[in-house]
Amino acid sequence: MREPFIKFENVSYSYEGDEEGILLPPVLKNVSFEIEKGSFVAVLGHNGSGKSTLAKLINMILYPTEGRIYIDGRDITDENMTEDDVYDIRRRIGMVFQNPDNQLVATVVEEDVAFGPENLGVEPSEIRRRVDEALETVGMSEFKRHSPHQLSGGQKQRIAIAGIIAMLPECIVFDESTAMLDPRGRAEVMDTIERLNRENGITVLHITHNMDEAVRADRVIVINDGRICIDGTPKEVFSSVEQLRLVGLDVPQVTELLYDLENCGFDVDHTELDEEKCADALAKLILGR
Amino acid sequence: MLKDITLGQFFPGNSVLHRADPRMKIILAIIYIVFVFLAKNSAAYLLAVGFTVLLVLLSRIKLSVVLKGLKPLLFIMVFTAFFNIFWTKGETVPLFSYGIITIYREGLWFAAVMIIRVACILAGSSVILTYTTSPISLTDGIERLLKPLKVIHVPVHEFAMMMTIALRFIPTLIEETDKIMNAQKARGADFNSGGLVKRAKALLPVLIPLFASSFRRAGELATAMECRCYRGDNGRTRMTKLRYSGIDIVLLILFAAFGTGIILMNIHLGFFLNFGMVL
Repeated sequence: MREPFIKFENVSYSYEGDEEGILLPPVLKNVSFEIEKGSFVAVLGHNGSGKSTLAKLINMILYPTEGRIYIDGRDITDENMTEDDVYDIRRRIGMVFQNPDNQLVATVVEEDVAFGPENLGVEPSEIRRRVDEALETVGMSEFKRHSPHQLSGGQKQRIAIAGIIAMLPECIVFDESTAMLDPRGRAEVMDTIERLNRENGITVLHITHNMDEAVRADRVIVINDGRICIDGTPKEVFSSVEQLRLVGLDVPQVTELLYDLENCGFDVDHTELDEEKCADALAKLILGR
Repeated sequence: MLKDITLGQFFPGNSVLHRADPRMKIILAIIYIVFVFLAKNSAAYLLAVGFTVLLVLLSRIKLSVVLKGLKPLLFIMVFTAFFNIFWTKGETVPLFSYGIITIYREGLWFAAVMIIRVACILAGSSVILTYTTSPISLTDGIERLLKPLKVIHVPVHEFAMMMTIALRFIPTLIEETDKIMNAQKARGADFNSGGLVKRAKALLPVLIPLFASSFRRAGELATAMECRCYRGDNGRTRMTKLRYSGIDIVLLILFAAFGTGIILMNIHLGFFLNFGMVL
């Protein structure tokens, strides 16, 4: 079997309290999972479930209190990690955050995209090439001389993504990157994320609390109260409607509708996630009678 | 109201001033400011004003934008002018005298000079530097000009980075201030009436959330920068290498001519157009 790209082994994490040395109750408890290279994984959970902490552990912004984390077979919780190793991990695993305004450093789009590769010490001509390519990938080439505050939220977030792509990462972690956007911006960013995964083969870890976005992933991990409670394909995860409601999460609208219909005694399959197919099923139900 | 502040904002473009090397532009801005201050008589000031207008034209920045940039300093200009008019004692006969108010020619002259100076320096340096230079290349310029100071452990790069970030967040924070003010207004806050003390107090509920959110932003930005492998100037390269070009030489000659012009006006016309006489 192929070595997983990200591997968590019994990882726990507690934030430090106000007083030094005193730990708050853990936010992550004994979490273990593996993520294959090239996969598109959505991490679901409501506020305070520990999903953002999980993201920060992956690219070494935080260190686990207990347990081991392996990236591409390398133990990043090893004490012998040098500073260069840390930066190598951060290059390979890019991270896009929630607020696009708080990630952009430069006042011109292309200079911001260049920030990452500049930090890595890439040759100027190579940076130029990467910046143009990254902007092309996110479809923002025509805005390269604009300043970020003239752009919409979705556009800013795509610039932030371009800034990460320019570092040529193997994996990108999206830490609620769509949460602050309007529906249109959300769709733009989701399409970009999906394309990066399908066309560029980048491993995607999409942290969200939006069910309709999680449906687009290959695999969904649901976190509740610091533990993984459901892990499977979107179909598997969202068919366990009761369990999801128990941990305070909604299900995608399609599933919710079909599930309620099923409960009222209609002959439909609530594991369906596709809107078109749902519409077909409803049409059959109404016209077939 | 707050959106009107354009000071310290970059307007992308492709004019001569946009294409000049940032290091050269910093030097030119210093030359410009020094010579505007050296101007002594009306002819020299006329030259300074003319040169400033030339710079604005060269930058292809809209005049309305430049004038807007002057607005925040309007109060200071009027204030200093006011003091100069009423508190300057001249040697000649007063132009106007009523009770304790006495206005001399010199007072009017100093007031005019003050306004011209401040307006020229503000408009000129904005056009040379902030409007036409992207903050990152401005920082780049400063960093490279001050590089020699690194030998004596001056944190040149860190200083430059701080400046870039400050400039980057000006529009963001202005937008946020606007939002908070509107939110407070919606809850009945009143920013536009009452005395100075009352108004200052009314601003407190705006400043506190603004401060709190700035700290949060700073934290998030620092994390994001770390995620993008930022570690000071350790092994850092730049996408655009700075290189002096023909434009820089032409500009340097132009500014040298301006400086020479000011000095010539000061020396040759100084005798005929002494400040007491011009008005």
